[in-house]
Amino acid sequence: MPDHLDITKLLFGRLSLDAIPYHEPILVGTFAVVALGGLALLAALTYFKVWGYLWREWFTSIDHKKIGIMYIVLAIIMLLRGFGDAIMMRMQQAIAFGDNTGYLPSHHYDQIFTAHGVIMIFFVAMPLVTGLMNYVVPLQIGARDVAFPFLNNFSFWMTTGGAVLTMISLFVGEYARTGWLAMPPLSGIQSSPDVGVDYYIWALQVAGVGTLLSGINLMVTIVKMRAPGMSMMKMPVFTWTSLCTNVLIVAAFPVLTAVLALLSLDRYVGTNFFTNDLGGNPMMYVNLIWIWGHPEVYILILPAFGVFSEVVSTYSGKRLFGYTSMVYATVVITVLSYLVWLHHFFTMGSGASVNSFFGITTMIISIPTGAKIFNWLFTMYRGRIRFEVPMLWTIGFMITFVIGGMTGVLLAVPPADFVLHNSLFLIAHFHNVIIGGVVFGMFAGINYWFPKAFGFKLDDFWGKCSFWFWFIGFYVAFMPLYVLGLMGITRRLNHFDDPSLQIWFQVAALGAVLIALGIGSFLMQIFVSIRNRDKLRDVSGDPWHGRTLEWSTSSPPPNYNFAFTPQIHDGDAWWQMKQRGSKRPLAGFLPIHMPANTGAGIILAGLSTAFGFAMIWHMWIPAVVSFAALILGAIYHTFNYKRDYYIPAEEVAQVEAERTRLLANHV
Amino acid sequence: MSNSHAIQQPGATSGELNFYLKEEHHPQNGTLLGFWVYLMSDCLIFACLFATYGVLGRSYAGGPTGAELFDLPLVAINTSMLLLSSITYGFAMIEMRKQRIGAVQVWLLITGLFGAAFIGLELYEFLHLIHEGNGPQRSAFLSSFFALVATHGLHVTFGIVWLLTLMVQVGKHGLIPENRRRLMCLSMFWHFLDVVWIGVFTFVYLMGVLP
Repeated sequence: MPDHLDITKLLFGRLSLDAIPYHEPILVGTFAVVALGGLALLAALTYFKVWGYLWREWFTSIDHKKIGIMYIVLAIIMLLRGFGDAIMMRMQQAIAFGDNTGYLPSHHYDQIFTAHGVIMIFFVAMPLVTGLMNYVVPLQIGARDVAFPFLNNFSFWMTTGGAVLTMISLFVGEYARTGWLAMPPLSGIQSSPDVGVDYYIWALQVAGVGTLLSGINLMVTIVKMRAPGMSMMKMPVFTWTSLCTNVLIVAAFPVLTAVLALLSLDRYVGTNFFTNDLGGNPMMYVNLIWIWGHPEVYILILPAFGVFSEVVSTYSGKRLFGYTSMVYATVVITVLSYLVWLHHFFTMGSGASVNSFFGITTMIISIPTGAKIFNWLFTMYRGRIRFEVPMLWTIGFMITFVIGGMTGVLLAVPPADFVLHNSLFLIAHFHNVIIGGVVFGMFAGINYWFPKAFGFKLDDFWGKCSFWFWFIGFYVAFMPLYVLGLMGITRRLNHFDDPSLQIWFQVAALGAVLIALGIGSFLMQIFVSIRNRDKLRDVSGDPWHGRTLEWSTSSPPPNYNFAFTPQIHDGDAWWQMKQRGSKRPLAGFLPIHMPANTGAGIILAGLSTAFGFAMIWHMWIPAVVSFAALILGAIYHTFNYKRDYYIPAEEVAQVEAERTRLLANHV
Repeated sequence: MSNSHAIQQPGATSGELNFYLKEEHHPQNGTLLGFWVYLMSDCLIFACLFATYGVLGRSYAGGPTGAELFDLPLVAINTSMLLLSSITYGFAMIEMRKQRIGAVQVWLLITGLFGAAFIGLELYEFLHLIHEGNGPQRSAFLSSFFALVATHGLHVTFGIVWLLTLMVQVGKHGLIPENRRRLMCLSMFWHFLDVVWIGVFTFVYLMGVLP
């Protein structure tokens, strides 16, 4: 106990001006760019007086469509940061040979590979997946919104809060130097006494709450809010994969919360869960984090599988081949994903029997996944295939993912894994499946559903540029890593001695540049499409001749989604409606019951983020204050009983009449 | 179900299909399912803590064992407080069915008092242990013991705060459907904590004093 309470210490904790890394030119430069860009953006928003609009129509919105779009915007912003980290690593490894130590000292380099992993998984892939599910699922099942619209808004802001904490660590203090899973004892208080690991912990805890709640939300939405007639086996495949993903989220994220809480106790209270002395066991952490971590990769890939299923059947003009087997394959993958976690550390030394069990369960996963690949191929067989941009991503995925899957089966063999563990071969493998699977899937999804969300298609030329740069860039960047991994090069090194390796790293760096062009083309694609939006406009609401319900409403959909709830008779509900010549009803509109916007989500998430920041820096007074404000704010919010309103029938009639007029003018 | 995606012959089904509902569709309320799913996710947090205790619970690091530390009579009283609070919460739910606002509030208050007694006894136990130098830092066994039991205690504390809030809300708005739903959720939460405590009592305390 201190002899006297130091009020400055209680207010500011360990935070002082020394925490600002003004002696690191790279960070100062980055900060200058970010600060100037940020100031320009804020000034522009103020100048055009859009703050009120943003607050009313977006930040406080509980509309699942707007929240979905905000998730994807967040993901794209964070992709730029995560990719910035990636290309810095590639440059460092391409030049740091022999006497040349490169431009990144290990202290900095270690933060970069940690931040890259954390950002790409938690703040790029997760928001992309959650955003697409948020946008598409309620539309696909004929619902007006999700089951808990307020929670949805809150979840989004919690995810953003986690991203903000991660970004703050760039300029205030530093980030973890532990790798993306912060394994103890390295992440313990003795080896990492500074704020880096605390940033990691609190960013993930804040974002994790959001992810868990959005998992519960979407799961209940799919179970309870399907349009009448839509039995489970008539749900679109994307909805099925979303359901499985959300089941996985609910069953996996609590483990992450628990294990990070235990690590925090070790760091803050001095307990001995994962320490080397007094009975602690670091392997307990490794087990727990992978019990979350392995399902996590399926959380990411399953929705991508769903996107490919929708895209393949739409652009082949055919019903999806083997719907039932597709659903069962998804469910089997969901279950199996809990039985494989130990393959991440065969080298723990748990013995031949345990290792073979987990090796075999891992290999079994390739069977349902293979069944899916064949289903997509058979859907294309004798289809009238249109090679639009989403279809290109899908074919690119099928080729790339099969390669990644095969190297995965290779790694699942324990003796092989003992050689390849923690090597660049592993790095190549998981980038192969995450880029080739998740990233390609999300780009396919964005290109596919963009016209639904905004009412105009994305530009074709830049979309194709983006695809080809990414596709070729991926191979150029990661095939050398397979080779290097087989030669025994381990991951996370910032300097090499053997000059014969350099050429492989230089090729990989070239690949990263190609991927940069792919990202640039994607941004260009959005910019050009917005500029040419009148030329790319689609008023039909069904630009691809789609099969599922989301294409039956206008683009963008009205905030109530469907003026009349659809009645479902078939798996491809909208396709059947079109075949049967079903007409949109033009009269008899009723008032529609809708949830009302609220600022509670952003305020509570803001308080949580402030609490996280205070905890990171041991600022005890701000921590107590923000925590108390969080609890009181949550209680205050529960006293609000007026959470919904009715859209009057006249307004619905007006919106629908406008659509009728547009449709009549653009036959 | 497997033929739901089979290719149907056009006109195979007789009569026109209706593709739109003429009346407003009211999907079932998902709150209870959602809350149940949340409880299951919470259950997984406890599962992790139990697993951690299972792995580390015998790592005494030369320090005291459970048999030396646990005061079973105290824990027995503590357990009975929590079990009684579950019964009294049940009474509150019965009164809710009868639409008696005052009686619901009284039973909630009694439940809260039992809960507070439970927390009080637990804090006494903790302070006593820490005072004797057997705090969570002493060994991995004590770390996992404190983490598991205190997480449960934090849940009960949170439950009491929620319970007080609901007492005010029931007084203010009566037993309207929203409040009945909230009482139902808190009821699930409270009984869930009871079930978890049975696990703690058996797995940590009873098995802990075995030689």
